[in-house]
Amino acid sequence: MFRSPRLRSVLLGIAAATLAASPALANPFETTLANGMKLIVKEDRRAPSVVHMVWYNAGAMDEPDGVSGVAHVLEHMMFKGTREVGPGEFNKRVAAVGGRDNAFTGKDYTAYFQQVPPAHLPAMMALEADRMQNLVLTDDEFARELEVVKEERRLRTDDQPRALVYEQLMATAFQAHPYRRPVIGWMPDLEAMQPEDAREWYRRWYAPNNAWLVVVGDVDHQQVFRDAEQHYGAIPARALPERRISPEPAQRGPRSSEVRAPAELPYLAMAWQVPTLRDPANEREPYALQVLAAVLDGYDGARLTRRLVRDEQLAVSVGAGYDGSGRGPSLFYLDGVPAPGRTVDELQAALRAELQRVRDHGISAEELARVKTQAIASRVYKRDSLMGQAMEIGYLESAGLSWRDEDRLLEGLRAVTADEVQAVARRYFDDASLSIARLDPQPLGEQRPRSPFAPARH
Amino acid sequence: MRASIRPLIIPALALACFLGLASPALAGPQIQHWVAPTGARVHFVESRALPLVDIQVSFAAGTALDPADKAGLASMTQALLDAGAGNLDEQTIADRKADLGAQVRGGADNDRASLALRSLSSPVELDAAVELVATVLARPTFPAEILERERARAIAGLREALTKPGSLASRQFNAALYAGHPYGNNSSPESLAAISREDLADFHRRYYGANRAAVAIVGDIDRATAERIAVRLTEALPQTTAASPPPSPTPTRAQTFRIPHPSAQAHILVGQPGMAREDADYFALLVGNHVLGGGGFVSRLTREVREQRGFAYSIYSFLSPQQVAGPFQIGLQTRGSQADDALSVVRQTLDTFIAEGPTADELQAAKDNLINGFGLRLDSNAKLLDHVAMIGFYGLALDWLDTYPAHVEKVTVAAVRDAWQRRIRPDQLITVIAGGDGDRAPDAAATPSAAITDGAN
Repeated sequence: MFRSPRLRSVLLGIAAATLAASPALANPFETTLANGMKLIVKEDRRAPSVVHMVWYNAGAMDEPDGVSGVAHVLEHMMFKGTREVGPGEFNKRVAAVGGRDNAFTGKDYTAYFQQVPPAHLPAMMALEADRMQNLVLTDDEFARELEVVKEERRLRTDDQPRALVYEQLMATAFQAHPYRRPVIGWMPDLEAMQPEDAREWYRRWYAPNNAWLVVVGDVDHQQVFRDAEQHYGAIPARALPERRISPEPAQRGPRSSEVRAPAELPYLAMAWQVPTLRDPANEREPYALQVLAAVLDGYDGARLTRRLVRDEQLAVSVGAGYDGSGRGPSLFYLDGVPAPGRTVDELQAALRAELQRVRDHGISAEELARVKTQAIASRVYKRDSLMGQAMEIGYLESAGLSWRDEDRLLEGLRAVTADEVQAVARRYFDDASLSIARLDPQPLGEQRPRSPFAPARH
Repeated sequence: MRASIRPLIIPALALACFLGLASPALAGPQIQHWVAPTGARVHFVESRALPLVDIQVSFAAGTALDPADKAGLASMTQALLDAGAGNLDEQTIADRKADLGAQVRGGADNDRASLALRSLSSPVELDAAVELVATVLARPTFPAEILERERARAIAGLREALTKPGSLASRQFNAALYAGHPYGNNSSPESLAAISREDLADFHRRYYGANRAAVAIVGDIDRATAERIAVRLTEALPQTTAASPPPSPTPTRAQTFRIPHPSAQAHILVGQPGMAREDADYFALLVGNHVLGGGGFVSRLTREVREQRGFAYSIYSFLSPQQVAGPFQIGLQTRGSQADDALSVVRQTLDTFIAEGPTADELQAAKDNLINGFGLRLDSNAKLLDHVAMIGFYGLALDWLDTYPAHVEKVTVAAVRDAWQRRIRPDQLITVIAGGDGDRAPDAAATPSAAITDGAN
C-alpha cells in the first residue's frame, strides 16, 4: 500500500460501506476541536490494540516549483526531535511500549501513525502534539536526512525502470496541475534543497486546523475525545496560506514519453483523463469507471489477463486501474509487459481493442454481478485490519470525502448498470485525452558507467 | 494510493522472526489442535467478531525438494494447482472464486507449499469455497498447454529479474550461503525448461499427502464445522511417506562477490546460515538481532548507517528460522561511490556487537518492545492465521505463543553475547555487492575483487 506506484485497480468504492448491519450506535464518532482539528474515532474492541494517526492536508501537490519533494523531506525531519524530545527519541518511546510507528507522504496529504497498546494512546498524543508545534530542525540533521531521502529516490525510482515510466507518465499527462511532479521530488530539486525550505513548509502547513486525527481500536470514543482535547486542544489555530493550484487545462491530443533503462522487456503505460468523484450521492460516472476497471482487471480471470496473457499470450502481465478519488484530477490506466518477441505496439493495439469491445458490446450481467460481489466481500475483509480501517477514514478525508460517505460509495457501485459502463467506455477513451509512456529496455552491457539515471531529460 | 513512506523496507520474512510475542498479562489465542481422520494436523482458533474465515493448508513440499536440475518444480506445482482441477478448467475456477467473493493465495518457500483461503463465513459461500479449494488441492490436472504458458512467463520474469541488482545480489547470496544444499538451489531458464507435466503430477502425488498436511483455521465457525472443513480439504489426498528433512547446511567460508551493474545504488548483502525454527539459541539470537538490526528505527545498524551517516534508506538484519538453519542476513542499498564505506560501517557495527553484545539498556529496550507488543502482533485474524499456521506446520508446542514472553524475559546480555559469538562468525560471512557502477568514478569500476560472477547462478 505504501510502496511505489502500481497501476492496479484502486477501487475506492470497494473500500466502502458495511455489509453486515452496523450496530445501532454511530461508529465512527466525529467531533471538531475549537482550534479546527477534526477528530474521528472508530471503536473496534476485538484486541488490545489501537492505531493513532494524524493527517495533514499538505502533500506534494501543495509544493511550489523548485522544491519538489519537500513535503516528504519534512516528513522525515519530523522524527528528528523537538525541544523536549531528542532526535530519535520519538521512535524509542514508541518501541518501549511495544508499538510501531511510521509516516507517509502522498500527492494530497502527509500522515503519521503509531500502533500501540491502548493504555499508551495518550502518550502518543502528547508526542504527536509536541512535534506539531515544537519541531527542532537543525542544519546538521537536515543534511544527513536529505542523503537518506536521495537514497530512497535511487531505490524506489532511479533504479526501477517501471517506476521511471510511471513518473514520466504523470509528467506527461499533467502539464499544469502539480500532480505532474513525483511525490519524492526530482533529484535536482533534492540536490538543491535547503533546511529553510523544510522549515518554511513546516511553518505553513503544520497547524491543527490543517490536520485531522484518526483513532481506530480498543478505545472508548468519549475518552479519546477528552484526551485529544487535552493534548491537541491547546495548540492555536493559524491562518493557512492561500492554495493556488493550477487546474489541468483540457488536453488537445495524444502525448507520449519514453524511458531508456536497463531491463529485459519493454513496458507500456497508458492513461486517459477521466472524472474524479466529488459528489458521492449524485454522480454516476466514477462508479461506472470503477466497475470498468474491475471488469478488465478485478480478479485472476478478468478480461485483460484472460485474453492477453492466457488466450493470446501476447503479454506477460497486464493491468487496469482508476484512482477515482483525491484532491486533484483522475486518470484511468492500462498497462502491461509484452511477452518476449511481441512489441509494445501490439500490446497497445490489444489493450485498445479490449476497450473497443466494451464500447461495442458492453459487459455481461455475470461480470457486473461478480464485481459487486467482490466489492461487498472486500468490504467485510477490510474490517479485519485496524490499520486498514484507519487508513480508509483518513484517506477519505484527504480526498474531500468523509467516512460518512462509505455506505453511499458502496451503494453507488452496487447501482451501476451495464449500460452505464458501456457509456463511460464510449465517452472517455478518446486519443485526445491519452498519455502514453513506454520503457525502451537497454541491454546491461551497453550502459556506460556513470550514465545519468536521473529521470530523463527534464 | 500512491504514497511515499519514510522507513525501512524490510523483507516480509524478516517480520516472521518478531511475530508471536506474548506477555504475562495477555494469554495467547486459544488454539485447538487435533489430528483429522485423514491424518492431517489441524490447528483452529475460533474468532466470532467478524463474519469471515481464514484457512491455510500447508505441505512439506517446498523448494528444498526441487531436483537440482529442475529447480522451480515446487513453485510451479504450487502455482498450477488452480490451472485446472477435477472437471473444472482454469477460467471456471477463477470465476467461481470471484463469484463467491473468496480470496485464494499461496506460494512455496524452502520448506513448505501452501494455499490460503479467505471466505465469508455464511454457510453457502464458505461451503462452496472449501469445496473448490479441496478440488484444487487434491485433483489438479496440470494441463500441458498451461504449463508451457506459465513456463514462458516464469522464464521471462526470471530474465527480467536478472537485470535487477537486488535480484542478482539475492541469488548470489543464496547460492553462496547454501552451496551444495537444497536451500541454495536457484531456478534458471534451463531448470525451468526441464520441468515436464509428469514432473508436476509426480511431485504433487509424492508430497501433497493428507498425512503431511497442516491445516490452520481462524474464524467465525464452531469446532464441529472446523472438523468437517479439515476433513473435506484433505480427504481426497493420498497418504504419502514423509521426506527426510534437509541436512544442516555446512559452514560457509568468508568470501566477497562483486557483481557489475550500471545502477545508481549498490545492493549489499552480508550473512551466513543462521538458525533453525527449533534451535537452542533461538531466543538469544532473536533478541540480539532485535538490537542489531531487527528493531527498525531504534536498532544499531539503523543508527550507524542511516541516522548518523545518511548512507541508506533501507538497512536491516534478520534471522529467518526454517526447518534447518535459514539465513542470517544484513541488507542495505547505497550509492555506488560510497558502497565500500557503508560496508565498513556495517562490518564494524556487527563485529562490535558480536564482541561486546548489547548494552543492558539496549537489551531491556528490545525486551520491552517484544513483550509489550504482544497484543499488536495478534490483533487481526490474518495475523493470527500466520502464527497458527507456522506453529502447525513446524509442529511447535501449542503454548508457543504463551511462553514467548518468559523466554524473551530470560535472555541476558551474556547469553546474547555467547550465542552470537558461537553462531555468527566473521570467518564465515558471505558478502555480496551488486551494482552501483552508475555512481562510481570510472577508475573505481575496476576495483579488484575476491570473486566475480555473472550473477547467473
